[in-house]
Amino acid sequence: MKTPMKMQDKIILRVVARACIPFILLFGLYVQFHGDFGPGGGFQAGVIFAAGFVLYALIFGVDKLAAVISQRTIEILVATGLLLYASVGFVGLAMGGNFLDYRVLDHHNPMHGLHYGILVVELGVGITVTAAMLAIFYAFAARERR
Amino acid sequence: MPIEAILFLFLMATAVVVARLEDLFAAAMLTGMFSLLSAGLFTLMDAVDVAFTEAAVGAGISTVLMLGTLALTSRKEDQQKTRIMPFVVVILTGVALVYGTLDMPHYGSPGTGPVPAAGNAVIHHHVAPDYIKGTAEEFGLPNIVTAVLASYRGYDTLGETAVIFTAAVGVLLMLAPTRRREDEAPSDPEAPSDPEEPQ
Repeated sequence: MKTPMKMQDKIILRVVARACIPFILLFGLYVQFHGDFGPGGGFQAGVIFAAGFVLYALIFGVDKLAAVISQRTIEILVATGLLLYASVGFVGLAMGGNFLDYRVLDHHNPMHGLHYGILVVELGVGITVTAAMLAIFYAFAARERR
Repeated sequence: MPIEAILFLFLMATAVVVARLEDLFAAAMLTGMFSLLSAGLFTLMDAVDVAFTEAAVGAGISTVLMLGTLALTSRKEDQQKTRIMPFVVVILTGVALVYGTLDMPHYGSPGTGPVPAAGNAVIHHHVAPDYIKGTAEEFGLPNIVTAVLASYRGYDTLGETAVIFTAAVGVLLMLAPTRRREDEAPSDPEAPSDPEEPQ
């Protein structure tokens, strides 16, 4: 961490990280969207997804990560996830149900409404957790360069 | 049973070593190991979702953040005199906590009656059966944890997400202003010139 330039020069680290990162991100997506059926959900998926980005930043440097996803984008995403979660509640209200009652989201089949609600809510959690982890990492990494 | 005992033994050994080590780099690494061992214990107790979180957050992200902090400070702990008072306070708190667990239901206790007492887990009589039945009938989902987290306790999870949001905002408020001021300072040759695009 103290010497990001030297990390970049290590070819084994670079090659292994390049091979691992796509699978880490894919696994994060799997945990996110398969959370209804297996272990996992928004919180875990968010952290795994963020870990992929952090690994990228550790190996290739924070500047390269900033080219992929800027700090401004991350700050916006932190709020987007929370708003997405809350908006599901308000959509439910508008469709005649209680706050965060997903059953009304699909008038034909309440079970489908529940599934949609859980999926969107978990996505909101995942976005906020990923962005929050990256925001905190950025805050630390930016201080390091003094 | 023996696997739990071995894991607990490793946990205690790790905790003692972390407390005694003066090399903070090794301590940070051992804290990650502590989280991994806890994740193993959670898995043994069938709390897979919690184990997942512990492994990802404890062993993954927080180790990275601790290393990031170490890069800002020194890697060695300052020599400190051995003090008796903190040790006594810690021991007393530990004894109080262990005493408190005596009133808790035993692990895996199904409960025998409606009176809450040691060895009688009252949650198994009202809420849990309802969730277990409801998840299968209403949701048609195999993962009860997700159903409880996202729907039955949806308000709580909204609050938790707000807590994470607040934590991120708090960290940014504490750490970001110094960074922005550095960016604007013309004396720093490495700082980017455009303050609108912080790195």
